[in-house]
Amino acid sequence: MTPAPASPPRTDRHAAVPPWRNVRLLRIAGQIVVVLIVAIIALVLWTNLATSMARSGLTFGFGFLNTTAGFEIAEGPIPYRATDAYGRAFAVGLLNTLVVSVAGILLATILGVIVGVARLSGNWLVNRVAAGYVELMRNTPLLVQLVLLYAVFLQLPSVANSISLGGSVFLNQRGLFLPRPLAEPGFGLWLTLLVAAFVVALAARVTASRLEGVGRPTYRLGTIGIVALVAIPAVGWVALGAPVRLDLPVQQRFNFVGGVVLSPEFTALLLGLVVYTAAFIGEVVRGGIQSVRRGQLEAAYAVGLRPMQTLRLVVFPQALRVIVPPLTSQYLNLAKNSSLAIAIGFPDLFSVTRTMANQTGQSVSVIVLVMGTYLALSLVTSLFMNLYNRRVQVLER
Amino acid sequence: MSGERLAPPVTLVGPIGWLRQNLFSTWYNALLTVLVGAVLAGLTIQVVQWTVAEARWGVVTANLRLFLIGLYPIEEAWRIGLSLASLSVLAGLSAAVYGGAAVRTLASSLGAGQAILAGLAAVSGLGPAVTLVLLLDAALVWTAFLVGLRRPVARRALALAWLALVPISVILLQGVGGAVLPVVSTNLWGGLLLTFLLAIVGIVASFPFGVLLALGRRSDLPAVRFLSTAYIELVRGVPLVTILFMAAIMLPLFLPGGVRIDQVYRAMAGITLFSAAYVAENVRGGLQAIPTGQIEAAHAIGLNAVQTNLYIVLPQALRSVIPANVGLFISLLKDTTLVSIAAGLLELLGIGRAVLAQPQWFGAHLEVYAFIAAVFFILCYTMSQASYRLETALGVGTR
Amino acid sequence: MTTRAPFRVGLAVVALILAACDTSPSPSRSAAPGQPTATPAASPAASRAPIGGRLATVQSRRQLICGVNGGLPGFSFLEEGTANWSGFDVDFCRAVAAAVLGDPAAVEFRALSADDRGPALQTGEVDVLIRNTTWTVTRDTSWGLFAPTTFYDGQGMMVTRETGADSLEDLAGATICVQSGTTTELNLTDKMRELGVTFSPQVFGDIDATYDAYTAGRCDAVTSDRSQLVARRTAFTTPADHVLLDVVMSKEPLGPVTPLGDDPWFNVVKWVVFATFEAEEQGITKTNVGQMRDTSTNPVVRRLLGAEGELAANLGLEADWVVDVIGAVGNYGEIYDRNLGPTTPFNLERGPNRQWTDGGLLYAPPYR
Repeated sequence: MTPAPASPPRTDRHAAVPPWRNVRLLRIAGQIVVVLIVAIIALVLWTNLATSMARSGLTFGFGFLNTTAGFEIAEGPIPYRATDAYGRAFAVGLLNTLVVSVAGILLATILGVIVGVARLSGNWLVNRVAAGYVELMRNTPLLVQLVLLYAVFLQLPSVANSISLGGSVFLNQRGLFLPRPLAEPGFGLWLTLLVAAFVVALAARVTASRLEGVGRPTYRLGTIGIVALVAIPAVGWVALGAPVRLDLPVQQRFNFVGGVVLSPEFTALLLGLVVYTAAFIGEVVRGGIQSVRRGQLEAAYAVGLRPMQTLRLVVFPQALRVIVPPLTSQYLNLAKNSSLAIAIGFPDLFSVTRTMANQTGQSVSVIVLVMGTYLALSLVTSLFMNLYNRRVQVLER
Repeated sequence: MSGERLAPPVTLVGPIGWLRQNLFSTWYNALLTVLVGAVLAGLTIQVVQWTVAEARWGVVTANLRLFLIGLYPIEEAWRIGLSLASLSVLAGLSAAVYGGAAVRTLASSLGAGQAILAGLAAVSGLGPAVTLVLLLDAALVWTAFLVGLRRPVARRALALAWLALVPISVILLQGVGGAVLPVVSTNLWGGLLLTFLLAIVGIVASFPFGVLLALGRRSDLPAVRFLSTAYIELVRGVPLVTILFMAAIMLPLFLPGGVRIDQVYRAMAGITLFSAAYVAENVRGGLQAIPTGQIEAAHAIGLNAVQTNLYIVLPQALRSVIPANVGLFISLLKDTTLVSIAAGLLELLGIGRAVLAQPQWFGAHLEVYAFIAAVFFILCYTMSQASYRLETALGVGTR
Repeated sequence: MTTRAPFRVGLAVVALILAACDTSPSPSRSAAPGQPTATPAASPAASRAPIGGRLATVQSRRQLICGVNGGLPGFSFLEEGTANWSGFDVDFCRAVAAAVLGDPAAVEFRALSADDRGPALQTGEVDVLIRNTTWTVTRDTSWGLFAPTTFYDGQGMMVTRETGADSLEDLAGATICVQSGTTTELNLTDKMRELGVTFSPQVFGDIDATYDAYTAGRCDAVTSDRSQLVARRTAFTTPADHVLLDVVMSKEPLGPVTPLGDDPWFNVVKWVVFATFEAEEQGITKTNVGQMRDTSTNPVVRRLLGAEGELAANLGLEADWVVDVIGAVGNYGEIYDRNLGPTTPFNLERGPNRQWTDGGLLYAPPYR
């Protein structure tokens, strides 16, 4: 009789694993080592920086923001005098950047959608022209486009030979001069009326879409909302007797005084950014629309939806999911590209901070300040876009 | 059934049919065609008329040397010729060895570009030597291609040669001192030469760094992931001009006392730091697309983590992101124009603005900027076409 | 599982980087700002006297790095497409190189914009900044030490003849182009505020862009140092259409600047400038400097040219460094005439830039 087989050797599961094979230990040790190395490098760089700065007489600190700036800024949304502090100059630059970025994003989106749709058009000419435009914009540097545009704007006629449109709008090499509306008494009331109309229209639209969503009749609520949006302010305008006065630009000895002016610097920057970014947005939109499967369209038509309805209810929501992430990065690019304004003399954030760095001598503090501001701007924009993205994304089951 | 064969109706086939289908299919399409056509025709006529009759192209031909190599001394320009020749040889050999439409497009564009430059040089009075050298280089691409087809060339040697080309060219261009290779100070480098150098060094130097960052961002270790993500988000959140400005001002402060770095190297450092973050994002996309099955299979046959990455994951990932990285290189090439405003270097756009300051070329803005835009367009368009062919060849997105 | 791979690979690379990094010892030999270093009065007359700092660096490098404008004809101008630098400031760079290295050609010129010159000097990227820089207290305390003024200038305003403006008050409502990062930007604001004149400023970072915009008609006037306005006007297509207003808006003393915290180097540059003043005062010219050194009996001249005395050693220079300087670029008057004088298109009157014996402001302390 064979002896009973010896029981298999017991592998003690809790036998000590040598430290150099213990995964948990290695992971912690590895992270500690990496963090230590990065910390050491940072420390070395920091010491070098500190000694170099001490040796060259550079200081670090943000106290200069309260001292008088002493330099002029060509344009800005808030009033600024040379006697104001550096902090205010910084604010002017920041506001300039924000104005250009927001206006640029809005206009570029509109133009980009047009370009994207044109790229998908069945009309061969329109299709090819849009394609040519996109290729041209994508393959030339933005800076070259900006300086070219600015040089073209400077070729406009001089102030003495301004092109005049209707005697109240003037175009010359110093800018586009438009009449500025000034509020008369009653304007505040009209503004509240406008806001009320907007709220009513919004409420009507939301209600209409809710009703539509559950298949109940909407009683043309959506159209009523739009009509209210237009009719209420119009009626109020007439009733209040048009409570604005136009401040017309008047030609003085050197320049036009009065009205509002779009300087060639601002216009060149805005136009350059919009035209450049719209090409990229067009491609993104085209990719988004093309990503919607053909079967969806056919099914929509089969169910009896008209082309406009198909576009609104079937194509766009699906296309948006694909469009929004790359659209975010294009928006961020536009905001960051606005820093090229320094090449054409527009006082945006980067341009103003470079002057500050030079006049105060605090180059290091200023660099930290400007990079931090751009970072905050980018983070806020991506935050908003990510929130919107989450809304349009498909909820996976 | 007998009968004559009728030709298809004219309005449905042939040119008229095409016109009806594509341009005049509906009434608003017809309207659109007429409008766009009119505007386009008007613009084209204006542009052609300006280009041929009114533009002063003398500003380009008279300053061609500045546009191409900046202030690089003419006696030492043979080094640029040597680098170009090696580039041509390697390009021709690669076209033969690696094959593929993309590489061939690039190589033939290199040859064609040099031929065009030779033509420009001939018109500009740079001397017959320059024209001859450029034509020779264009011919070199072709001959290297033929040689590569006939003789066996080791692929690994070729790859190593490509890797070595960049540092060797930079050292050659700068010189090491002495009688044979006197130092050519980097602040004399300029024009198209500097544009290329900045872009190529930027992408080559940032690549390993970017791959490491991508791996770090996908790591399981929270510390490593945090550091990588922080770096990538920080760099992607600020404009390139601020990074170049920081590099130009602060880089010497970070170095131990007394170490001087030329402005060109500072700009290269800034561009490298910047593009590493974007390369990391591209590579991360490629890494995410690797099916987990690959990694599990690698582990199953006994490869450890490093080997898995090196032999299984990275080759696939990098191959699939080549088109995205070519796009990044194109962007980088365009972004080199920023060094003219942030670091005061005289690359192509900077030289253009300096040329415009010459009194005899006052007001020649359109010509200079149009020339610069045309140069960039030709370069970038060629590369994007090559990238497009590469995408189709690799079958990216279809597998 | 890509768990350990990333950090291991990263570890290896980082270790390689650190190993390759050459972290030299911390710069303990640089003097703290404001603290004078010991003058080695008893050291031998060798030019490699262990004074340390930038002087030794320049000498071991055998090249002087000079920050200049590059776009200002008459002061520092690079002939397009060549390596020929010329100008008033360029000559002073050459003078310093001649003094320190014995070779006026051993200079590397760095063209710096107005915005970049301060940081370039602060970070030590250039050895000396001779770039028509105005001496102000802010710059003296943050950029560097100002050597004696080589050119006493004033701020002016240039307008096109057709505006018909005669004075600053005539420019009410005008657009004025100005370069950023300059004292002119600040002075313009101050002066116009003082006069109560409103204007629209147009600020550019690039000197070429500033004058470009002015000549294109974007601005009605452009303001800068008078010498710069005159110099740039010569490059216009129609210089006769532009006129300088007869106003001097501020004092603009222009001179070389050396980095902070390096007194021996500052002394060298300072005394190079004074040497050119003294040479003009004593009548030493480029042609007769050798002969003066050998034959002159004037003790002032003999000391200056190194024929007697050991003063050069205190500066860390060779005994006949003044001979090198004057032999390379000439005395102050010759430098001025060559670059800005009656034979040049600028023909700038010397004004306050004359010797004190002629009623000007150039006054060199005794070399003893």
